[in-house]
Amino acid sequence: MKQLLLRWRLGISSLICLHVAVLAAGFLGPYDPTDQNRASALQPPTRIRFIDDQRKFHARPFVTSPGDARRYPLRFIVAGSKYRWLGGPSSRIHLFGVDEPGRIFLLGTDEFGRDQLSRMLWGGQVSLATGWLAALLALSLGLSLGLVAGFFGGWREALVMRGAELFLALPWLYLLLAVRAFLPLSLSPWTTALAIALVIGFIGWARPARLVRGVVLSAKERDYVYASRGFGASSWHLIAKHCLPETYGVMATQAALLVPQFILAEVTLSFVGLGVGDPAVSWGSLLAPIRQIAIIGSSWWMILPALLVIWTAWCFSLLGDNESIDG
Amino acid sequence: MSKRYLVRRLLHALFLLAGISLLSFVLLELAPGDFLGEAKLNPQLGPQTLAALRQQYGMNQSLPQKYVRWLGSVADGSFGVSFAYNLPVSTLLWPRARKTLQLTLASLFLSWLIALPLGVWSAAGRDGWLDRGVRAATSALVALPDLVLACLVLFVAVRMGWYRSGDAALPVTVLVLAALPALVRHVRSAVLDVSGQPYIRAARSHGISGARLWFRWLLPAAANPLASLFGLSVAGLISSSLLVETILGWPGLGPLFLEAIAARDFYLVIGPVMLSAAFLIAGVLLGDLLLYALDPRIRVDT
Repeated sequence: MKQLLLRWRLGISSLICLHVAVLAAGFLGPYDPTDQNRASALQPPTRIRFIDDQRKFHARPFVTSPGDARRYPLRFIVAGSKYRWLGGPSSRIHLFGVDEPGRIFLLGTDEFGRDQLSRMLWGGQVSLATGWLAALLALSLGLSLGLVAGFFGGWREALVMRGAELFLALPWLYLLLAVRAFLPLSLSPWTTALAIALVIGFIGWARPARLVRGVVLSAKERDYVYASRGFGASSWHLIAKHCLPETYGVMATQAALLVPQFILAEVTLSFVGLGVGDPAVSWGSLLAPIRQIAIIGSSWWMILPALLVIWTAWCFSLLGDNESIDG
Repeated sequence: MSKRYLVRRLLHALFLLAGISLLSFVLLELAPGDFLGEAKLNPQLGPQTLAALRQQYGMNQSLPQKYVRWLGSVADGSFGVSFAYNLPVSTLLWPRARKTLQLTLASLFLSWLIALPLGVWSAAGRDGWLDRGVRAATSALVALPDLVLACLVLFVAVRMGWYRSGDAALPVTVLVLAALPALVRHVRSAVLDVSGQPYIRAARSHGISGARLWFRWLLPAAANPLASLFGLSVAGLISSSLLVETILGWPGLGPLFLEAIAARDFYLVIGPVMLSAAFLIAGVLLGDLLLYALDPRIRVDT
């Protein structure tokens, strides 16, 4: 039990860190994620040095660029490229940076010379927002349909359950892509993200709906529900006051399951080129270059976004109670 | 085995497939743009040619007309015409489907072959070194998404110089690694569940032990929940194989499907969707038939 609590705390604190870092992408990332620089394409992570070529020690760490003898000391809270906080107030302040023309790429650059660290942080905004929005949508759709199906029974139940069966009879990824196919291929980035969230939410309702229906079926048979009905309570009152609270547990576990699954769904869509494309960035489009053998053969740091996705999935799995099966 | 049970299940499967095809037709009908949308920009194609093409492919027809036409093509086995290739969908689909089946069946077989002994062994020596190792490994792997797993395996393979395009070893490795953790966990917990039952204790107290206890009493009971898991594992494999094929360059259904979506090749999108649903339904049905064979209790009400 204590171990379970520890896992949960570890998971939730890592997730909070992740989300805060992603929200503060503009501040934490030194460059604009769309800033191309052909001269610095596919550069390995910049080394942070204390000792220069003359073996002299410097208290302030610095970076150097190839073919340039100058030292570029690392500075904190510097002015750089302009960005906006969540689409609102704009700012130029970055956590760290070096003086131009020096460049600092802590996680290397991609084939267009864009800073991978900044791209990973900015990409998280699209991926995480899409995942959360889609989960919210799927859960509310599943909850309302499940409540109606479980409580009223009859044709409503038959309709919802047959519909759910239809959605569960397709392999998840084929379903996702087939539904994605009915949207226009190229949209503006945020419209695409929104549309993808809608698609994922639209197809993800079936499992929560089934579970909620099961809970409601047993909840509505309780004696106090009969009593309440006997006192003349309306159906909506019974659903809201007696059935809904019973579903909270199922909803919470489903959320811990669906949010990472849907984040991954967005990553998958963008990975195969049916999601968010340039100039916007998501974790999926960051992973896409991995498919090119030449790039991963030469540039190991291009695999780093994959580790970020793994870490995210792992954090969420700490929240879900998947250890119970180990007994 | 009762024929009525089988017939009912097959009818249900047919009903599901019909529902899915209808749903996909409605969704794709709502989609803006079609295959000829880009052809309009081509100056070499006049409006008459386009209209003629539209006529030929039946793009002007209403949704019910299209659907009935498609049903007719299903009946003669061609599954409609691919606009991009100007070929019946079936000639494009079958070679790809065979490749996907090779991959998924090999992975299905291998993953169960590994998962069964590993899970049983892990449960038998509960909290021993093997069990602890298996538990740690599975809980680390189970959270690993297929997409990332495939990327990591590709990365390692390319770095080590193992990568060869068209080689089945890598995709099968990824699919087995993706399916294994959940399978091993379920096998383990199924065995543990049964070994806690009173009748196993009773058998032990009667002096039954060793192979007889395992093969006569324990494993048949534990096989029960695993039969339904079998169908689920097929579903998982089909979804993961789409990604794995795309990433590791295996010429299966996955790459064809993605290509068709990008080209708005309507019937070539429907084909893989229907086929994947048919695979899944077949997997679940197989699992249920297995359960039917294993468990006399569910035969009563059929």
